[in-house]
Amino acid sequence: MDFLTSSDFWFLSLTSLAKTIFLIFLVVLPMVSYTVYAERRVSALIQDRVGPNRTGFPTSLIPGFTKDFSPFLGGLGQPVADAVKFLLKEDFVPGHVNKLYFWLAPCLAMMPAIVTLAAIPFGSEFLGVKMVVADINVGLLFMFAISSVSVYGIVLAGWSSNSKYPFLGGIRSTSQMISYELCMGLSAVPVLLVCGSTGLSSIVNYQVREGWLLAPFTNGGLSFREIALWVPIIIAFITFTISMFAETNRLPFDLPESETELVAGYHTEYSSMKFALFFLGEYTAMIAGSALIVVLFLGGWHLPFIPDGAGQGGLNFLHAIPSWIWGLVNITAFFAKVAVLLLVFIWIRWTLPRFRYDQLMKLGWLYLFEIALVNIFLTAGILAFTK
Amino acid sequence: MAYVVPRPNLTWKEKIYLPSIVAGMAITFKHLKRMIKGETHVVMQYPEEKWDKSMPDHYRGAPTLVTDEHGRERCVACQLCEFICPPRAITIKPEEIPADNKFAKVEKRPKEFEIDMIRCIYCGLCEEVCPEQAIFLRKDYAITGITRAEMVHDKAKLYELGGVFTGLVNKWNPKK
Amino acid sequence: MSTETAAPAVPMVNVQIDGVWLQFPKGTRVIEACGQAQKFIPRYCYHPKLSSPGNCRMCMVEMGMPKMTPDRKPVLGADGKPEIAWIPRPQISCAQDVAEGMGIRTGSPMVEEARKGVLEFLLINHPLDCPICDQAGECRLQEFSVEFGQGESRFLDEKVKKPKNVELGPRITLDAERCILCTRCIRFMKEVANDDVLGIVERGSFNSIACHPDRILDNNYSLNTVDICPVGALTSNDFRFKMRVWFLKETKTIDVNCGTGANIIIGSRENTIYRITPRENNDVNGVWLPDSHRLNFKYVADERRLTKPTVKGQPVDWRTATAIAAEILKAHTAEQLWLVASGRQTNEELFLTSRLIDALEIEKQHDILPRTGEADGLLIAADRNPNTTGAKLIGLCTSKPGSRLKKLVEGVRSGAIKTVITLGEDLTKCGLTADDLKKLDAIIALDILPNQTTPHATVLLPASAWVEKRGSMINVKGRLQRLNRAVAAPGEAHDDWEILRDLIAAVSGSNGLAVIEDVFKAMAADHSEFAGLSLSKIGDLGLPVVTEKTPEPEPAAAN
Ligand code: SF4
Ligand code: SF4
Ligand code: SF4
Ligand code: FES
Repeated sequence: MDFLTSSDFWFLSLTSLAKTIFLIFLVVLPMVSYTVYAERRVSALIQDRVGPNRTGFPTSLIPGFTKDFSPFLGGLGQPVADAVKFLLKEDFVPGHVNKLYFWLAPCLAMMPAIVTLAAIPFGSEFLGVKMVVADINVGLLFMFAISSVSVYGIVLAGWSSNSKYPFLGGIRSTSQMISYELCMGLSAVPVLLVCGSTGLSSIVNYQVREGWLLAPFTNGGLSFREIALWVPIIIAFITFTISMFAETNRLPFDLPESETELVAGYHTEYSSMKFALFFLGEYTAMIAGSALIVVLFLGGWHLPFIPDGAGQGGLNFLHAIPSWIWGLVNITAFFAKVAVLLLVFIWIRWTLPRFRYDQLMKLGWLYLFEIALVNIFLTAGILAFTK
Repeated sequence: MAYVVPRPNLTWKEKIYLPSIVAGMAITFKHLKRMIKGETHVVMQYPEEKWDKSMPDHYRGAPTLVTDEHGRERCVACQLCEFICPPRAITIKPEEIPADNKFAKVEKRPKEFEIDMIRCIYCGLCEEVCPEQAIFLRKDYAITGITRAEMVHDKAKLYELGGVFTGLVNKWNPKK
Repeated sequence: MSTETAAPAVPMVNVQIDGVWLQFPKGTRVIEACGQAQKFIPRYCYHPKLSSPGNCRMCMVEMGMPKMTPDRKPVLGADGKPEIAWIPRPQISCAQDVAEGMGIRTGSPMVEEARKGVLEFLLINHPLDCPICDQAGECRLQEFSVEFGQGESRFLDEKVKKPKNVELGPRITLDAERCILCTRCIRFMKEVANDDVLGIVERGSFNSIACHPDRILDNNYSLNTVDICPVGALTSNDFRFKMRVWFLKETKTIDVNCGTGANIIIGSRENTIYRITPRENNDVNGVWLPDSHRLNFKYVADERRLTKPTVKGQPVDWRTATAIAAEILKAHTAEQLWLVASGRQTNEELFLTSRLIDALEIEKQHDILPRTGEADGLLIAADRNPNTTGAKLIGLCTSKPGSRLKKLVEGVRSGAIKTVITLGEDLTKCGLTADDLKKLDAIIALDILPNQTTPHATVLLPASAWVEKRGSMINVKGRLQRLNRAVAAPGEAHDDWEILRDLIAAVSGSNGLAVIEDVFKAMAADHSEFAGLSLSKIGDLGLPVVTEKTPEPEPAAAN
């Protein structure tokens, strides 16, 4: 009771709410739509096409404007148009489906991806508020736990659609996710060993102190320990990234929805907003995945020589500038890193062909799993000998 | 007969696959760069840019009917095109040319000639089969309409699109 | 290779056709013998039903007779068969009968050369206007040119101009340029129609068919010339420029304009009938058909066709109409009912009508309306009802059709008869007047077109015309023949037999008849003439079922 009436409670609730709203509605959802847009544009450019370059914003509908506003690249209104289209399309539910699960599945695909974002520290501090929705000390485990729920969305979608392609897609997705979750977890262990914590904020703080795991020189120097640890960290980074691709069903691992074999996989029977939810879920998962990579390997919100939101660290003369500005810079840095990773995701998608299913399984179980396992011992060994 | 495809023996570098991924990404990045710098120009911006000028003579656009240099409608309603048309887009009602008509000696002409452009697949078989060189696929490709009825080209519309063709068939011309 | 075993009196002769020895009855034409040996000989002037003038030269083959020793014995070859002395030039095969030891070559280089030459000559003055010619698609000149002719013309001169678009008669147009002067039309008019109005005028390459200057070609059989004309020179005004023949769906059925039941082919496309042509049946009509019969199909597509069942002029659905009709019938005693059947109904419909009569228990209160005209001595029978024989057989009328109609008229006038069922007949033609009809409680009429009776009908049931239904009929000579469906009935009109079946079911309960084959089976069980038969067993050419000659109905004095 005391807690409920304390000012701490109100402070926590209001800031969490503000952070959630900021994160979901101002960052993640626009980011998702513009990732889709980027995906279309980049894929077009890679394939010597143009991509969506027409849709502007219909400002001519507003009195006083004579022209539609079409920003410099053109087509920036496309995501908005897409969203409107998804909302207005007929929401068709085939007669042969299991209604309850058919409705449940898209929510289950979307929600876990959003929930996992709660544990991500997307900035240092801003006006004295920590820039993470829920700073839990088992952040990484929380993320793994929640994100594995999203497989239910896909399984239920495939099963409740009651038709063969979605069913096959669902089954593939289950086995793929289960297989790669394992090796994703194992690849993260070296990071935990090095940082000595599963809390994501502590991992970031470690990197602020000791340099980014993937680039240990960012704190100004290289010790022998850092160089020795570089090897297992790079291996961990590669296996982790590959598993992340598989977890998010991105090409070259998009077997659950491979169009050439399965029409559209588990969401074949979906239309309108329900389909859009799968779509959003997939891209949100992609953002969450990139964010995790940033947090684990790329120093989170940290930029070398830049102070954090509390005015700590960084170059001394920069402390003259108010610290809330540095808070903002940290947030921007974090999302900029995420954006770069997203672009790499897209780039890879339009470069590589899809794996065959047996190759996918073989890669997961016979190589990545073993490599990640051995890598743990390697890290532990190095840590033990360089104490 | 079973044919065994020999699998290439891969070196360890190829087996790791990472170098080829990087090579692939380099290729795609090169395309991306060239597009951004405007060095590749493949796609036309349709309503603004049109390829009408570079359209080849054998382009198969909408089928149309043509008249000859004397204003005679060349079609004699033989209905061969109606017969050959794979999607059955053509409907013809023949009629006899009245005796007082200038071209009465041709005897027969279409009373109604309709091509359903929703059905037409632009195959050109009608042009190929026509014994009177009366139907040609011209260069009109933007055939649009708001109703189904609008998409059915009637005789008047077909002649309007087709225009005049000279030469090729001389058998109905007055003998010297 | 004749199967003609019934006449052993005809001696057989041995003939060698393309190296194979075969036997034919004496008197067989060489062209027919080759045909029977599966060696088709192209021909223009030859027609099996007409005399053979041998003027087109298309049917040339190589012929030879056995070599003879000086003592008139055939020289035998190594195989024991006579050796043949081939005649050095080709011979026509249509005007020759086969002879003992004769040799024929139908595909030798000489024959092929001869055919090419003949076709090249025939095409010299031909206008080559196939795109507008109605015959295209069934033109012998096209067919043989493709099969036996050569691809190009070597003729450089101006073509001869001849009369085109000549109205030979009210139903026939001549294009003399297309004519190949086979004279089939001339011979038909002279030998079959006995109306010698056609002939050839002018000389040499100006030869042209023409009508006698004081006459026109208006014989009732004139359209047969269009059928036999191998090219598009004679065209039917009715069919001219209406539809290309390759679109026509051909339905084999029979004509219903008179008791002859001539075999015909209906050419239709997308539920529209375009023409009717005769179908060969040597037991009925040979290969001919009167013009009056072949042109009488337009009413089938009349826009006044009845398409929806009505009760007292109000459109209703079939269920209601049948139920109301049954109610009317049940509300009357048997004595108050009368039924007028029709000699135009098929056997199946007549049989169901007899079932309805049984259900209503009106044994004597029914008849058919007789129709008679003048027999023309060729194909048109005096009885203009196509199925009087069937009606008699199934018992819808006495041996004198129409003899009971007097009782109908009396009964209606005296008020004893209150309800009349008419199956496709106009009651005003049965002796009743419009006033009489008004006196009736109810009229249940089944018909395809409005007539004098239909405005008075309480329940009006739209039925199918003869081209829209399947069934069988028996012609005046007792031959059972089949009708087939060429087009679909318009609107909601039903098949007559279905209407009758539903009516019987509504009056006396279900009868388990689902398809017309069931009706035939039930009919075969009741009438021994149909025993062992089915609609498919009747075949395209029909079967004789009633052997004793049924007396021709006397011209009815009543109308
Ligand atoms: S182009 Fe082909 S589909 Fe179109 S009308 Fe001609 S034949 Fe028919
Ligand atoms: S094929 Fe030619 S002449 Fe014949 S109907 Fe068609 S357009 Fe007319
Ligand atoms: S009109 Fe026809 S049937 Fe008569 S002679 Fe000429 S080609 Fe023969
Ligand atoms: S068919 Fe023999 S000459 Fe004409």
